Amino acid sequence: MRQGFLSRNPSVLVFLLILALFTLGVTLLSHAYGSAFLSTSFIKTLGKTLCLCLVALAMDLVWGYAGILSLGHMAFFALGGYMIGMWLMYARTEEIVVQALANAPLPATPQEISNGVASQIFGVVGGAELPAVWTFAHSLPLQLALVVLVPGLLALAFGWLAFRSRVTGVYLSILTQAMTLALALHLFQNDSGLRGNNGLSGLQNIPGLGGVSQDRLSVWFFWASAAALALGYLLAAWLVSGKFGSVLRAIRDDEQRVRFLGYSVEGYKLFIFTFTAVVAAVAGALYYPQAGIINPAELAPIASIYLAVWVAIGGRGRLYGAVIGAAFVSLLSTWFTGGRAPDVNLGFATIQWVDWWQILLGLAFVLVTLLAPQGIGGLFDWAAGLRHPARRGAPLGPAEGALQEREATE
Amino acid sequence: MRFVLILLAVVLAPLSVHAQGTPAAQILSENRALVERASRQTIGPVIEALAASGDPAAVTILDAWANRGLGLRAADGAFFLIAPAEGGWALTDLDGAPAGTAARAEIDQLRPNSGVRGLIATALVRFQLADPDPARRSAAMESIARDPSAEHLEPLRAALAQTPDPALARLERLLTLRFGATPEERVAAIDSFGADLGLDLRAALNPLVATRRLAIRGEAENLNIARNLVPGRDLTREEAYDLLVAQGDAPARLTLQAQRETLVGQIRDGQAAGIPVADLDSQEARDRAYTALEAQGAVPAAATEDEVTAALEAHRFAEVYAEPDRAVTEAASAALTRIGRTVGLMQAADLALDAASLASIYFLAAIGLAITFGVMRVINMAHGEFIMMGAYTGYVTQLWIADYTISILVALPLAFAVTFAAGVAMERLVIRHLYRRPLETLLATFGISIALQQLAKNIFGTQARPLTAPAWLDGALSFNDVVSISYIRIAIFVLALIFLGVFLIIMKRTRLGLEVRAVTQNPSMAASMGINPDRINMLTFGLGSGIAGVAGVAIGLFAKVTSELGQDYIVQSFMTVVVGGVGNIWGTLAGAAMIGGAQKGIEWLNPSNTLAAQTYMILLIIIFIQFRPRGIIALKGRAAGD
Repeated sequence: MRQGFLSRNPSVLVFLLILALFTLGVTLLSHAYGSAFLSTSFIKTLGKTLCLCLVALAMDLVWGYAGILSLGHMAFFALGGYMIGMWLMYARTEEIVVQALANAPLPATPQEISNGVASQIFGVVGGAELPAVWTFAHSLPLQLALVVLVPGLLALAFGWLAFRSRVTGVYLSILTQAMTLALALHLFQNDSGLRGNNGLSGLQNIPGLGGVSQDRLSVWFFWASAAALALGYLLAAWLVSGKFGSVLRAIRDDEQRVRFLGYSVEGYKLFIFTFTAVVAAVAGALYYPQAGIINPAELAPIASIYLAVWVAIGGRGRLYGAVIGAAFVSLLSTWFTGGRAPDVNLGFATIQWVDWWQILLGLAFVLVTLLAPQGIGGLFDWAAGLRHPARRGAPLGPAEGALQEREATE
Repeated sequence: MRFVLILLAVVLAPLSVHAQGTPAAQILSENRALVERASRQTIGPVIEALAASGDPAAVTILDAWANRGLGLRAADGAFFLIAPAEGGWALTDLDGAPAGTAARAEIDQLRPNSGVRGLIATALVRFQLADPDPARRSAAMESIARDPSAEHLEPLRAALAQTPDPALARLERLLTLRFGATPEERVAAIDSFGADLGLDLRAALNPLVATRRLAIRGEAENLNIARNLVPGRDLTREEAYDLLVAQGDAPARLTLQAQRETLVGQIRDGQAAGIPVADLDSQEARDRAYTALEAQGAVPAAATEDEVTAALEAHRFAEVYAEPDRAVTEAASAALTRIGRTVGLMQAADLALDAASLASIYFLAAIGLAITFGVMRVINMAHGEFIMMGAYTGYVTQLWIADYTISILVALPLAFAVTFAAGVAMERLVIRHLYRRPLETLLATFGISIALQQLAKNIFGTQARPLTAPAWLDGALSFNDVVSISYIRIAIFVLALIFLGVFLIIMKRTRLGLEVRAVTQNPSMAASMGINPDRINMLTFGLGSGIAGVAGVAIGLFAKVTSELGQDYIVQSFMTVVVGGVGNIWGTLAGAAMIGGAQKGIEWLNPSNTLAAQTYMILLIIIFIQFRPRGIIALKGRAAGD
């Protein structure tokens, strides 16, 4: 008898339960709906962290399961943010301009309003006209479609080019990093049509919800982020639990062999690359309204590297590992860089964590890579009493059963 | 002593009145009233007469006058050259003989205004041009070149007749082509330059071919027309009509702004032209309201489309030269075309130099990587940080050794030593354990890169540190006004060549190189031949890192030394190695040349935007890899690894 999806994957149920409890707890401690124990800015941080967990989930799918170390997923994340940011900024500015023009003796024509919006948004980079990329910015449904379409099509085109010419392994990583860098450099230009290095700002003000306080908005976005993460987790767990997931893992462990078995490796890789790009973009679209501002620095290649760091520390090849890694490292990072961590006095020198946190993170990352490829997720195996057979040599892949060094050599 | 001097002055005073008999003194005393109250309008002839008097003292007198060194004795109206002295003025006669001293009150110091001083300076130019001292001559020529005018032409020619100086002759021709008396003379002057590249020539020629747009009604006479403009083809109808409006030949068109203001002025009881104000929220409604008002005669009629067409048809549009003579403008534009062609060629040469220089920088940054990545297949994402370490080593060395030349010579081996040690440490501690897992190597070295960058930030701060090049590397080697290259870039080019040579010698001529190649091709076979692969790997990695450090010193000479220095080069370096072809130094060279050349080429197409150039560059590389995934020079056979 065939078991149900959830009974085959009890960890999904546990994860969803924990997420639900967490959401409930945060809501009850919030300013708007509970005891006001947590500040609004902290709720925003938690909401943003959930979005980062979602993009880490995407990264885990593409790297931990399919073995494609993409250094471009934070670019897709930021692109999603830009797409939603365009609507937020346009609609919000339109509200302000309409309000300002309402006092004029003549009611404003549509042309006057759009001119006013354009000069408000682009005055800072010396422009007065809406560039062509803003064509759909007036409409929420169209712009929401672009959140999915733009990163999706970019990933599709890039992936098709890269996978078709059999660019794999480190070459692919470097190529995706180059793509990210190109995109960031493009957005840094003032005439890219997205306000150059000023980026888009004021995104925390949701048009049409001017009367709703940020206290409430932050909780709403927190719910939305939690829902997106739950949905993403279910989808990802469903994807990797079936035959599709097995083929993905097989591609990771030995691409050639899978190809010889008759599978279209390129098709699988292209699908997972594009799908995760879209998930990353959705996460970005939820993240940036909570952050309030987006600029091209968010696309810097280093951001995508940090994403890989989170997933690696959490534990690749298991979905909850990615979520734990992203939440743990990004919250810890906020704590350390926020100046709240106590200084350590060594007598001859004082360690200020704002300065030393990145060194700690870098070294921790090296140690995890060297000594604990399973990451934090390995702790669960240890607690459950799972032991891996001693096959001498380190495993080539992160999951159980991955080829070991000695085996691969011969 | 002073008493004696005063006595002398008293005795000599009558004599000095006689001395006023030189030609210059005569001119001055004849025009005393004019000179005393000199003004720009009236003093010209006096200065001219002085300059033309042939009196050897005239230059001194004019010079003194302009610098407030000319005085008038109130008692008898005699002129003296005066200089401040104890208790008053020391007097000198106009012919140069000392004339004692006088109290301040006895002498009226002449203070010419700036206009008069300008006239005097112009008059002086002819003397300065003929001055035997080349420094003063060239100063005079510079002042003419800065502000050329027709008056300078005569003195220039006179001076040229006396001293045949090529610079003087060039200046004379430059002035002739602008201010010459006859068109033939000017055309000859223009043609005499050929395709000269001097900026001064282009500055002289450009005003000759300057044009302005004119709308001409009826027949135009005495106009030197550059080309006729047809509305709709050469310029838009709007531009043509705006030209008419600007010349006052047509009524202004109704702008949206003016329309709105007029409508606001016509609002009566919440209605404009019978249309409720609330309905005027579209352009059509406003047009309708305005037309209705026009029909009522309440507002002036705006120019309609028909009127615009009629006005445009009644006029001819042309670009007209400011210079009236046709022969001159033709010769000038022909000369400019000629020059433009030569400048284009020179720019191409300059671009090639720039590209070679950029390529050598990329090559320098990538050569260490070509060893660690190309030979050992180890991804070292901290390579950029090794470059940064080298640059900081150079900076620290300069703190200790003040002499820039010596400190650079010390810094180069020191940087190699520091980064070699860092590379060996990294290989032993981290990379050795990850040889079979390239993706993990990438990640681990990323971790090291993050840590090293932050460490540099903690030690040296976030602001840029100076790494100063020795003085003999300052300046640039310029071939002419267009083609030039700075000495630092030449030095980097030479350094890149040296590195290439060193790399080739090590790999092809030394025992170490042989063993490295053996370990690369087949580690276990090399091991059974008695080579210790661990040791070789360690040394190779150290060598690659050390070269990165030396490159860092070179790069630090022209780039800002910050903790992000390496990050700026890491992606380009990897691109250079990948595009060139992994495992082949000539490939790296070809990759650097291609990337440097392409980037300069793109910058040339879109000069204002280096960011865009880098963007397109990366896109170009991504597309290039589609067609040659293994790079320009691909390894074949067993050496390729798979």
